[in-house]
Amino acid sequence: MCANCNNNKTFLLEEVLRDYSTNTRDAQTLNKMAVFNNEQNDIPVVFVGAGTCGLGAGAGQTLQAVKDYLQQKNINAKIIETGCIGLCSSEPIMDIKLPGFNRISFEKITTDKVPGILDTIFELNVPKTNVLCQFDSENNRKWENVPFITEHPFFAQQKRLVLKNCGIIDPVNIEEYISRGGYKSLVKAISVFSPLELCEHIIESGLRGRGGGGFLTGMKWKFANKEQSDQKFLICNADEGDPGAFMDRAVIEGDPHRLLEGMAIAGYAIGATKAYIYIRAEYPLAIERLKIALKQAAEYGLLGKNIFESGFDFEIKVKMGAGAFVCGEETALMHSIEGKRGMPRPRPPFPTTEGLFGKPTVINNVETFSNVPEIIYHGAQWFAAIGTEKSKGTKVFALSGKISLTGLVEIPMGTTIREVLFNIAGGIPNNKKFKSVQIGGPSGGCITNENLDIQIDYDSLIAVGAMMGSGGLVVMDEDTCMVDVAKFFMDFIQRESCGKCIPCREGTRRMLEILESITSKPRTGDSNEALERFKGIMQLEKLGKVIKDTSLCGLGQTAPNPVMSTLRWFRDEYEAHIFDRKCPAGVCTNLRTFKIDVDKCTGCTICSKKCPTQAIIGAKKSPHFIVEDKCIGCGACQEACKFEAISVL
Amino acid sequence: MAGASIHLPFLKTPRKTIIINTMENIQQILEKYPAQGRENLIPLLQEIQNFNGFLSQESIVEVGKYLNLPSSKIYGVATFYNQFRFQPQGKYHIQVCRGTACHVLGSATVLETLQKELKIKAGDTTADGLFSIEVVACIGACGLAPVIAVNGNFHAKVNSDSIKEIIQNYKNREI
Amino acid sequence: MNTINIKINNKTVEANKGEMILDVLNRQGIKVPTLCHIKDVFPSGACRMCVVENVKTGKLITSCSYPVEDNMEILTHSQRVVDSRKTIVELLLSSHPDDCLYCVRNNHCELQDLSAELQVRERRISGKKNNYHIDRSSASIVRDPDKCILCGRCVRVCEEIMGVSAIDFINRGSKTIVGTTFNKGLNNSSCINCGQCIMVCPTGALTEKNHFAEIRDAIQNPKRTVVVQYAPAISVSLAEEFGMSPGEDVNGIMNAALRRVGFDMVFDTTFSADLTIMEESAELIHRIQNGGQLPMITSCCPGWIKYAEEFASDFIPNISSCKSPQQMMGAVIKSYWADKECMSPENIYSVAIMPCTAKKFEAQREEMTSKGITDVDAVLTTRELGAFLKMMGVNLHNIEPEMVDSPLGFRSTAGKLFANSGGVMEAALRTAYYKLTGKELVQFRIPAVRGLEGRKEAKIKIGEMEIGVAVVSGLVNAAKLLQEIREGRKDIHFIEVMACPGGCINGGGQHIGASEGALKARISTIYNIDDKEVVKVSHKNPEVKQLYDNFLGEPLSHISHELLHTHYQKRDVLK
Repeated sequence: MCANCNNNKTFLLEEVLRDYSTNTRDAQTLNKMAVFNNEQNDIPVVFVGAGTCGLGAGAGQTLQAVKDYLQQKNINAKIIETGCIGLCSSEPIMDIKLPGFNRISFEKITTDKVPGILDTIFELNVPKTNVLCQFDSENNRKWENVPFITEHPFFAQQKRLVLKNCGIIDPVNIEEYISRGGYKSLVKAISVFSPLELCEHIIESGLRGRGGGGFLTGMKWKFANKEQSDQKFLICNADEGDPGAFMDRAVIEGDPHRLLEGMAIAGYAIGATKAYIYIRAEYPLAIERLKIALKQAAEYGLLGKNIFESGFDFEIKVKMGAGAFVCGEETALMHSIEGKRGMPRPRPPFPTTEGLFGKPTVINNVETFSNVPEIIYHGAQWFAAIGTEKSKGTKVFALSGKISLTGLVEIPMGTTIREVLFNIAGGIPNNKKFKSVQIGGPSGGCITNENLDIQIDYDSLIAVGAMMGSGGLVVMDEDTCMVDVAKFFMDFIQRESCGKCIPCREGTRRMLEILESITSKPRTGDSNEALERFKGIMQLEKLGKVIKDTSLCGLGQTAPNPVMSTLRWFRDEYEAHIFDRKCPAGVCTNLRTFKIDVDKCTGCTICSKKCPTQAIIGAKKSPHFIVEDKCIGCGACQEACKFEAISVL
Repeated sequence: MAGASIHLPFLKTPRKTIIINTMENIQQILEKYPAQGRENLIPLLQEIQNFNGFLSQESIVEVGKYLNLPSSKIYGVATFYNQFRFQPQGKYHIQVCRGTACHVLGSATVLETLQKELKIKAGDTTADGLFSIEVVACIGACGLAPVIAVNGNFHAKVNSDSIKEIIQNYKNREI
Repeated sequence: MNTINIKINNKTVEANKGEMILDVLNRQGIKVPTLCHIKDVFPSGACRMCVVENVKTGKLITSCSYPVEDNMEILTHSQRVVDSRKTIVELLLSSHPDDCLYCVRNNHCELQDLSAELQVRERRISGKKNNYHIDRSSASIVRDPDKCILCGRCVRVCEEIMGVSAIDFINRGSKTIVGTTFNKGLNNSSCINCGQCIMVCPTGALTEKNHFAEIRDAIQNPKRTVVVQYAPAISVSLAEEFGMSPGEDVNGIMNAALRRVGFDMVFDTTFSADLTIMEESAELIHRIQNGGQLPMITSCCPGWIKYAEEFASDFIPNISSCKSPQQMMGAVIKSYWADKECMSPENIYSVAIMPCTAKKFEAQREEMTSKGITDVDAVLTTRELGAFLKMMGVNLHNIEPEMVDSPLGFRSTAGKLFANSGGVMEAALRTAYYKLTGKELVQFRIPAVRGLEGRKEAKIKIGEMEIGVAVVSGLVNAAKLLQEIREGRKDIHFIEVMACPGGCINGGGQHIGASEGALKARISTIYNIDDKEVVKVSHKNPEVKQLYDNFLGEPLSHISHELLHTHYQKRDVLK
């Protein structure tokens, strides 16, 4: 470490340790802190949102373009790669903080836009396009006619605790995290509370697990705290596998130290000295940033042996998952860390009694841990004041699907789904009608128009047959087929079932087959097949019930949810598939029947050449016909036809 | 931006096209980990696969000897997780995303076309060793859906026609 | 004792704190079906058949894995529970070949029993069935993954009882199968052919390799003289195949039955067990007196031998060079007896009835031939013998007992003890004592080596000498003992190893579904025979004496080395 860094370290550590109750700092310190967190800067700072989604949208090229620009113009500026601020549909996002000015944020900055925007801003003008918002700060000049972030509809209704720093700070710079109050909660936790008091404090805050079940986090900690053992473990579940969920990834990519701090506090509370972060191998960027953060925290003495001379040791290891959705289940996850097949085992014994390597273990997910520093910092009462009676605090959701603004939102519990979809996320694009929103991924259910005004909390969601889950919100419009959605989730679960218990292994397979038979044309017209098909459909609900009732783990117990939920709310769509053999949304291609309009067909033969099953016949320059028996409904002909002669019956 | 190619370097897995079974190197990897306990089994397999591109029978037996674990257990663990492969990857390794967004926009057809075009199933490698297909869970490029990645190069908004072109382009490189 | 009260089906009963619900139910005589459960092994909770309804939480919980809680209320056969169980069975059947009529386990299959019990009478759930290859590569065991319901019992027995782990779960979800490394044939694996997996398999997914056709061909062939031998454990086990009470000794009846189905000569492997004792005790004494490799380890069990060759090759020099009784008998039949009868060994077809599947493997080992002629041509398990007799229309219930053939039929009761774990040890000690002291043991029983425990040890005084002996069964126990010896334990001179827990009476070829009580009955019949009969030591077997006088000379002679001894080698398998 260079001398300068060492000086910074000493200064920042003093800052971390400064007595919590006397929260006054002298002007000089405040100034210094403002430099660390880029509130005050001598040279321009350019921030580029370089989370996975940003990079996917081209942030890497944008970054290069910024570098090229600065070099070309010989401008001395600092470039910071931040995580994702949550507005994925506006990526790549670029922020600029000029000395003495507010930080200003631009959206959809592809490489071609970089020179123009930078030219304008360095001339101290506000560009005409791509402006997103500006950040407010006391000591800086504001930009005229640029909305503050708090005024932007996407951010206005959010309450960002977990995502507080995401997309704003440099995730791989511990200095910035500390300058924003980081690790003060850890110090407070260790110095003010005994481990048991800490558990009680978290119970008092009302924090519930954000991974799905919604168990009281403090209770879980207390169970583990009470266990006598030579070794206890703490595990962070970052095996975020739900299709359509990427909250944990964003938090780790954008603010990894928050997670580490939360984990250290939890470790102290339960008496664990060893911890693991179990993270998907598909998140290479998050893993990289996590490892950097771990290294920094260790260098600062915030992790490791005898933290702040308190006698508390805490060590965190990163374990990469190897691709198994079921490893999101606690006992399966522990088996995976132990180097075994990730198959769940019966509970009891619960992990808090007999967990990893047979020792008491607490498992929480990324979002849960990331809430902890805020709770400690502000106090349990403060946290308990946010949200509803039984669900406290906020919840992060990943919005995707047929919605105007996609990305991450953090809202207080109790916000209605309508508010999230229509006020925050801008509603359904292309003037389409809202149909449903799938909440909780493959374990969850769908919420329809009738229930849009229910409050988001653990219990209300369960009451309408959905669940909080990890927080994926996939929005569907009128063009979405709900049977197809159910089939998609069932296919997912069926492939991800561990295969240990019979109801899940065999049951999901049969349910998928039934859904497949509903969404495809009968192979033959024989009556036996029709009977089999009919029997299958009769079985769907019953099978679902038995799978829910008897499966070994949460994956199986919730596996039928998407089917049960769509069956409950969209029975008419199922019936259309079954009785009319039609997909109302036109999604289930296998049910489509195509017709060639003889008047429009010119006999160009393109369609018959494209047809994968040779189902189109006809002589050159005369109208063609579709042999229905051979047609698989793929729609290749319709796509190929230049004369719009082919339509769906 | 149909067919645009975006490179995400961190998604690229180091590969070797011709596998010379380098047991020496496997030994080097093994020695990085303590010789006892199962805890390091998965990291070990991950590192070996990173190095070799797949898990050979020999490497599984070696790992078994090193960790003092039956090879059946190691094979059982390896086959449980999506990540591990037991055949060499093709020179061009195609990952097809099957996340929700990609599904809604037709990734099933893309996969089908690919399998038909290359005459292999997902998880397999073509006989000439040129191509292999892998179905992956959401890779977080939902804005580019449906998306495939060839050796880490993303091809965005693909359809059954563009996919054929993409394959042809890679084939042409070999002539 | 810490007891609590729980309510089962509205009746209050007492339960021990910490025990599983299933244990209470069993004690109360309430039958809850299980598929994956193995007694005394940590519950896996995989099959979900044993679910019961927890009234207070409204949840279904698995009784095998859920400990009793104070004041809990349980319903074991509510409609919800029974319907769930039924659906689970129907789900299993939906991917099962359900070709019961063609299945070796027809009429004694747990899946079949369950579907009958739960009144599955219609194919309500149907779908795509599995279609895997049948693995016939092993000399002993056939695996049909289509019939496997993935209960995992075989995997656990192979690992936890045998310490072999030749098989494990492969793949995931509905693609899961049980298989070997890289799903190769069982013959490439470390499988020791013990057949304990068959014993625990609830369906027909694991069976022994059947040799009926060859045997029938041989019987039909007028040029062939078909000779049969049966192991000491068979006479006390065969009864169960015919629904007779466990442990009933049907030796004479079996002799008659074997003749009825066309075997020309009926010999008793117990004879060659006595022969083994002569050779083995001589070898032990030789090793002790000449500073040979100690401890000496028995070699009768082919499962153990393959295990040693694969996993404990450092102990190969310790293993007695004696062939097993089956192979000794085979060798003697095709030499001594063939000479005596002026028969060419090629024309003899030699069949062995064994409680064991590994014996099938042993019989086809290259070392088990002399001059290109196999010692034993075919091996049938106890189960197969039952089936074979039934096929040939022979029922044990109304046959007059007959005597075994001479000169390879007479046995001492010491040889008979080979059926039980500890029996080889006891028989060998009786003869070794005589050879070393010139006197017979007064107390011929050695209780310290008797019983079902996995490991038994004793110190035996023979004259001035005290020798340490150990008896292990279940190869996990053998592995532990060997490790102790590697780490320097020196007080043991002689070890008996049997692969199957409890020895041959619980061999992998025995009646499937035998209870612990049945095993004990078999054991005690053997000891009863030993108590009642007169010739209790191998060296007093007149026909064995005759064999030495007329043919072999003396134990460890040149000719006995050629015929009755063998060698072992390190095996390279996928392990």
